[in-house]
Amino acid sequence: MAAGAARLVGRLGLLVGRRARNYGRMGYSDSAPSRGPEYTTDLAEATVSLTSKQPLPVYRVLSAGGEMLDPSQDPGLPGETVVRMYEKMVGLCQVDQQLYKAQRMGLISFYMTSYGEEATHFGSAAALHEKDMVYAQYREPGVLLWRGFSLDQMVDQCFNNRHDLAHGRQMPVHYGSPEHYFQFISSPLATQMPQAPGYAHGLKQAGSDNCVIVYFGDGAAQEGDAHAAMNFAATLKCPVIFFCRNNGYAISTPVEENYKGDGLAQRALGYGMEGYRVDGNDVLAVYNVTKKARELVVDEGAPVLIEAMTYRLGSHSTSDDQTGYQDMSEVKDWRERYFPRDRLRGYLQSQGLWDQEKEDELVSVTNETIRSAIKRARAEKKPSLEHMFTDVYDVPPLRLRRQKEEVQAMVAKYPEHFPTASHE
Amino acid sequence: MVQLTVREALRDAMAEEMRADPDVFLMGEEVAEYQGAYKVSQGLLDEFGAGRVIDTPITEAGFAGIGVGAAMGGLKPIVEFMTFNFAMQAMDHLINSAAKTLYMSGGLVPVPVVFRGPNGAAARVAAQHSQCYASWFAHVPGWRVVAPYSAGDAKGLLKAAIRDPNPVVFLENELLYGQSFEVPADGEHLVPIGKAAVARTGSDVTVAAFSIMAEVIDLRSLRPLDGEAVLASVEKTNRLVTVEEGWPFAGIGAEIAALVMENAFDMLDAPVGRVSGADVPMPYAANLEAAALPGAADIANAVRRVCYRG
Repeated sequence: MAAGAARLVGRLGLLVGRRARNYGRMGYSDSAPSRGPEYTTDLAEATVSLTSKQPLPVYRVLSAGGEMLDPSQDPGLPGETVVRMYEKMVGLCQVDQQLYKAQRMGLISFYMTSYGEEATHFGSAAALHEKDMVYAQYREPGVLLWRGFSLDQMVDQCFNNRHDLAHGRQMPVHYGSPEHYFQFISSPLATQMPQAPGYAHGLKQAGSDNCVIVYFGDGAAQEGDAHAAMNFAATLKCPVIFFCRNNGYAISTPVEENYKGDGLAQRALGYGMEGYRVDGNDVLAVYNVTKKARELVVDEGAPVLIEAMTYRLGSHSTSDDQTGYQDMSEVKDWRERYFPRDRLRGYLQSQGLWDQEKEDELVSVTNETIRSAIKRARAEKKPSLEHMFTDVYDVPPLRLRRQKEEVQAMVAKYPEHFPTASHE
Repeated sequence: MVQLTVREALRDAMAEEMRADPDVFLMGEEVAEYQGAYKVSQGLLDEFGAGRVIDTPITEAGFAGIGVGAAMGGLKPIVEFMTFNFAMQAMDHLINSAAKTLYMSGGLVPVPVVFRGPNGAAARVAAQHSQCYASWFAHVPGWRVVAPYSAGDAKGLLKAAIRDPNPVVFLENELLYGQSFEVPADGEHLVPIGKAAVARTGSDVTVAAFSIMAEVIDLRSLRPLDGEAVLASVEKTNRLVTVEEGWPFAGIGAEIAALVMENAFDMLDAPVGRVSGADVPMPYAANLEAAALPGAADIANAVRRVCYRG
């Protein structure tokens, strides 16, 4: 029919028009004078070759043992800031241990640890401003802890008790806190990636000098959403830091099976943005890179990609067993040589900022804090049944009102199956 | 009252809301320079500039996610899909990012985004451009789903949708874009979401439909569905026919039939009749397409059947 034909022609006309407009600008940045592409009869010149590129080197500041390798790269942070990074890191390590155990004991249904990746959290978080919005994947709780979310709040969320901000609607470790500028964790992988430039677009429209950071793993980086997000951030010019935790594994899939190129950092070029590769287990290097990225992002209003090379020392979650697919001698090697906590402690000790006494005290106090948090969280009431029905409709429609009445009647009739004494 | 096409009514709704609220903006493929794939956004780029009328790369999943993120940050994006058929590539963002977020954040993170575009069959564009998504989207709790027919309803509902702090799926129809209707000239003409309209009163049978010329009840909103309006009408007429262009299995008609059976079984003098599209992917050839879609004759037949008149 006429309408259909007109639409098809319209679209074709549009395609031709578009191509003609862009032809003269291929391969040149906005600032270069527009003069068309360079032509060559040497195919090698027009080749992006695998053989001509080494893997991109990795930026680091501390040796494996925590020694400052190059004083010019010392960020010059106040001693108490670096000590705070360490204290929070210990908090995260300990809460990971205790909540993992809690899951194994059946007290909570699910948990994910961040073993080995702690430096990516605290190094990056410390370089951000407190109102920079964080879109995380699920293995970045240290960022939230840095911002001021407490270990108690973490435990409350994992136990889904009445203090949980999400009223018991999220799985454990799916933290969120608008107060701390940390978006609620969303389970489908990489969905946070296009949301980040969307949010950043709003910041730019408002003339804000804050930016957005979005964290994602090497596995999630293969989702279509990752491509969409980076392409949009670059074309729309959104102030976003894309932070990839390349920890070597996506559940059981090692990076060799997840992508064929040289990791993530070099993809930045394909999207028209700067990319950095950093030692993700070196908290000061991560700090430096994030700080530099932030400056660029806020000054130019354009995105940047950081790839933090790290290693996942634990299983993906409590639902899988790494011994089934990870080479445990490789795990042991990373644990012994590059554990962020040990490395940072080495640095602090070399600076006279830490000693065994402080260590023993911190570990003891932290463990006690977490133990009492777990004890308290277990005893707290669960969210009210009411909350199954709230936050969907302002005025519940007939069917939902009926369903709520049915649920309440069911609960009253079979109290032995519905232990409501434990609910608010 | 003024005469407006559905296309103009939609454009006016967006322009009026964009003038009133600087947080409202439009994004989608072809919406800016090209004035819209179906010219719905004609003139908007000229009036509001490239900052508020944004041409996107061809990445539905991407820009749906961008829209959600912008809404999380307090903006009020209108995300246009060239057709909801292409929105399938953004399904995860529509459902998991938009519809579920308010609930999963304990009520702390609203997502005031409008997803709009043509839905359902057009003309000879074959199965991958012709699916009706009313049932799929209405299936999900957490957002609103509307499907207006007339230009007045299109304008009033789109304004209401843009102002709504919840995500709204706004189902248009390409074949209706060029149709003219009388529209209130009043700039504040809003149609409440969740309310059906009785387009024509009668006593023998209730016909409930959306997005097509409904004789009796034009549902206008699918989630929330105005069940009360349907039940009130059935109480009066005792017979019901539902009409939709989409597939019958687990469609809107199935939902209405269940609703009426649960709540007004004794009021029915006959089983509910459902009129729907043929349960096949939409064929391309004009004669086959016409046969696959419900027409006036099908509705009349269904009405006669429920009235036991043949």
